[in-house]
Amino acid sequence: MSDLLAARTQMAMSLAFHIIFAVVGVAMPVLMVVAERRWQRHGDRIHLELAKRWSKGTAILFAVGAVSGTVLSFELGLLWPRFMEYAGPVIGMPFSLEGFAFFTEAIFLGVYLYGWDRISPRAHLFAGIMVAISGTASAVFVVTANAWMNTPTGFDLVDGRMVNIDPIAAMLNPASFPQTLHMTLASFAATGLAVAGIHAFLLLRRPNDPFHRRALNIALLVGAPAAILMPVSGDISARYVAKWQPAKLAAMEGQFATERGAPLRIGGIPNEEDRTTRWAIEVPKALSLLAFHDPNAEVKGLDAFPEADWPPVLIVHLAFQVMVGLGSMMAIVSLWSLWIRWRKREPSEHRNFLRAVVLVSPMGFIAIEAGWVVTEVGRQPWIVYNIFRTADAVTPMPGLVYPLVLFTGIYIFLALSSCGCCTGRSSTRRRPPISALANRPRVPRIHGSPPMSR
Amino acid sequence: MSELFTLPVVIAGIMVVSLNAYVLLAGADFGGGVWDFFASGPRRAAQRTLIADAIGPVWEANHVWLILVVVLLFTCFPAAFAALSITLHIPLVIMLVGIVMRGAAFTFRTYDSQRDAVQNRWSLVFAVASLVTPVILGVCVGAIAAGCIPTDAGMTFASETFRDAYIAPWLTAFSFAIGATTLALFAQLAAVYLTVEAADPELQDDFRRRALIAQGGALASALLALVLAQREAPALSEGLLRGWQSIPLLATVSVSAAATAWFLHQRRFRHARVSAAIQASAILWGWPLAQFPWLLPRHLTIETAASPAPTLRLIAIALAIGALLLFPSLFYLFRVFKSRPARTA
Ligand code: HDD
Ligand code: HEM
Ligand code: HEM
Repeated sequence: MSDLLAARTQMAMSLAFHIIFAVVGVAMPVLMVVAERRWQRHGDRIHLELAKRWSKGTAILFAVGAVSGTVLSFELGLLWPRFMEYAGPVIGMPFSLEGFAFFTEAIFLGVYLYGWDRISPRAHLFAGIMVAISGTASAVFVVTANAWMNTPTGFDLVDGRMVNIDPIAAMLNPASFPQTLHMTLASFAATGLAVAGIHAFLLLRRPNDPFHRRALNIALLVGAPAAILMPVSGDISARYVAKWQPAKLAAMEGQFATERGAPLRIGGIPNEEDRTTRWAIEVPKALSLLAFHDPNAEVKGLDAFPEADWPPVLIVHLAFQVMVGLGSMMAIVSLWSLWIRWRKREPSEHRNFLRAVVLVSPMGFIAIEAGWVVTEVGRQPWIVYNIFRTADAVTPMPGLVYPLVLFTGIYIFLALSSCGCCTGRSSTRRRPPISALANRPRVPRIHGSPPMSR
Repeated sequence: MSELFTLPVVIAGIMVVSLNAYVLLAGADFGGGVWDFFASGPRRAAQRTLIADAIGPVWEANHVWLILVVVLLFTCFPAAFAALSITLHIPLVIMLVGIVMRGAAFTFRTYDSQRDAVQNRWSLVFAVASLVTPVILGVCVGAIAAGCIPTDAGMTFASETFRDAYIAPWLTAFSFAIGATTLALFAQLAAVYLTVEAADPELQDDFRRRALIAQGGALASALLALVLAQREAPALSEGLLRGWQSIPLLATVSVSAAATAWFLHQRRFRHARVSAAIQASAILWGWPLAQFPWLLPRHLTIETAASPAPTLRLIAIALAIGALLLFPSLFYLFRVFKSRPARTA
């Protein structure tokens, strides 16, 4: 494995790992805050238990998100020092703002998790709201930095160097709005439906359990509207890609030839050798219509670009199909939940609906990974689109497979441990009576000290 | 004056302030892990519970100071960030593994099964990571201070071996002496803070003893580093001993070190906490002041490494606004959790 490939793999793996936890960190606080608010409003203790149960999971996932995020900030330099040297002054701004968002998030999460019996209920709810706001803000900032890599602005290029740097203009690059909107909605859609799926699964086993019924309702409240908006926001993203990154669009769609009235290809296998996409269902003129809102618009194919500048077409195309396919299913199930609500029914009483929610539950996270593959692999061979090649950014240090192997091991270990921890003893599978939960020791029990309630 | 306090210098100063906050806050969290490792005696379990209670609500916030330093470094001094990341790749990876394992193991221990076997396993990971990470952090600082970070690693000499470029710069006695100093300082800070947090006098005594031991360790290893610096980092040692700031700084270190020991002896723990913090800060500040105006001594000055002015100006504004947001929140966090002694088991 070449050093460049090792570096790319390590970066991709670290980001793919971190994003799971980051997404949970964006959306879970909202679920907790809604549950806590309902408890404070109606005095229903089940909502309090729900908020506490969710906050336990969030605590674990947040810690893993924080440490994996730390790895990423160093990795930017460890793997891509030339890129950071070049681009640091331009994209440092959103990272710095993100730093303050992390501070706020970590501070109020500490208050939230450990402060149940130390501060007033209002202050506690406020802390939860601050966590939710700063989590979303940190996601928005970091995606802004990524958007700059896709559509770099805010500088003049003189002899290959960036001069007249304007970090604000760089933050307001054309990709920022579509990407941050899409990513924020994706966080709520993926987390909301995933949580809904878990509780739907348990409701199928224990119909009418009040705990899971309430959990399902809150999770759908957060997840379903976002999932319904995903295709709309995805359309905005696709149109900006068509305008600013035509090579990426061509790869996403498996479009080799430049043509007017280009068809939309659903599925299919692009072949770079003979420049065709086979076995796709083609909807005539639909791509031109979607990308430019004009059925006869010209869509640039890959033939408009030198082959050295093509991204890996097969991967990008398939990842895009996966995201859109899963997104469509999530949107349909979410519409179904609105329909049930609109007819004033309880979602938890529809067993087929519950089964559908279980089915879509992992899809948001898969779609997020697929979407990032589209964005990042679709940008190749550039690290900064049309300006800086990934191959020129990589560290000169040889032997990069060793850190790759090391971090692979660490991520596997972290993934297994956090799964074990979240589903462990007080798992939802063997849920102890609610009264026992309320007495869960807040203080960690260290071995050697007398065991508490259980 | 205005010649001295240029924008790059001010931002570099803010980075040292952030690093100082990291040492005083997160450093103590690592130190807590060290004392978890060395928990012993009849109150072993109580010691561990006290440590866990003290770290739990705050470590994630404390940790962000390091992120801030890194972000400021790559935004405002990108050339230095690149050079550091290349030459110190190996120790930085080890440090990252330590940071990951410490945070993850601490959290898993809190929330995983309370069975002894599981708890013991996480405790061990937590404690070992807390021991290793500060040493490696110190090693990295030592390599920078000794002027071992070139800006052209891996590019210029084809004859340069892997060892020359990626190992030799940091694998020195001096760097490891700085590593040992860092570890001892972190452990001392933790022990001193824990005397304040413990409600039970016996537990206070446990940590009082530990604080004094770590105090001795910190001074001894700092002295060792100073001696080794004569040979391995002559420019630094020159700056440390003969700069304009040498006398006031050495005086601060000696006075606060003596005061810490005295206050501990007198069981005036709140006072000891303040003087221990001053002592650690003075030792830390000795480094940047001694190497001023260099960022990477012998290779890059603060001015030459700095980003263009528009970036620095915006970052300065962001820092000012961010501070307005940050300090009230931090104050609130510490008031909620540190204003009264934690319950003891
Ligand atoms: C819950 C997850 C999810 C779902 C259901 C969808 N997406 Fe998505 N998509 C993402 C999660 C995502 C993402 C992971 O969040 C990406 C990666 C970068 C970004 O900004 O968002 C993304 C990127 C992304 C891009 C590329 C943007 C770029 O390269 O900068 C396009 C064109 C779309 N999406 C389009 C769609 C369409 C038409 C969907 C129709 C259903 C859709 N997405 C559903
Ligand atoms: C789209 C991608 C990303 C999103 C949405 C995102 C979002 C988040 C969020 C919400 C957190 C809070 C921790 C949690 O709740 O789990 C977090 C943590 C973190 N992220 Fe990311 N992040 C992304 C990518 C990155 C990248 C590329 C970097 C590296 C530069 C990074 C650096 C960090 C750091 C340093 C933390 C730790 C903060 C702490 O200690 O609290 N993130 N991220
Ligand atoms: C968290 C969600 C993200 C995921 C899952 C993700 C995924 C990936 C993948 C798959 C690659 C490898 C592409 C290839 O080499 O073929 C990559 C590369 C990279 N990404 Fe992302 N990315 C994410 C967000 C970000 C953000 C927010 C940033 C920075 C601001 C970023 C910066 C980079 C860099 C610097 C590279 C290496 C250079 C390159 O290959 O172009 N990524 N990412």
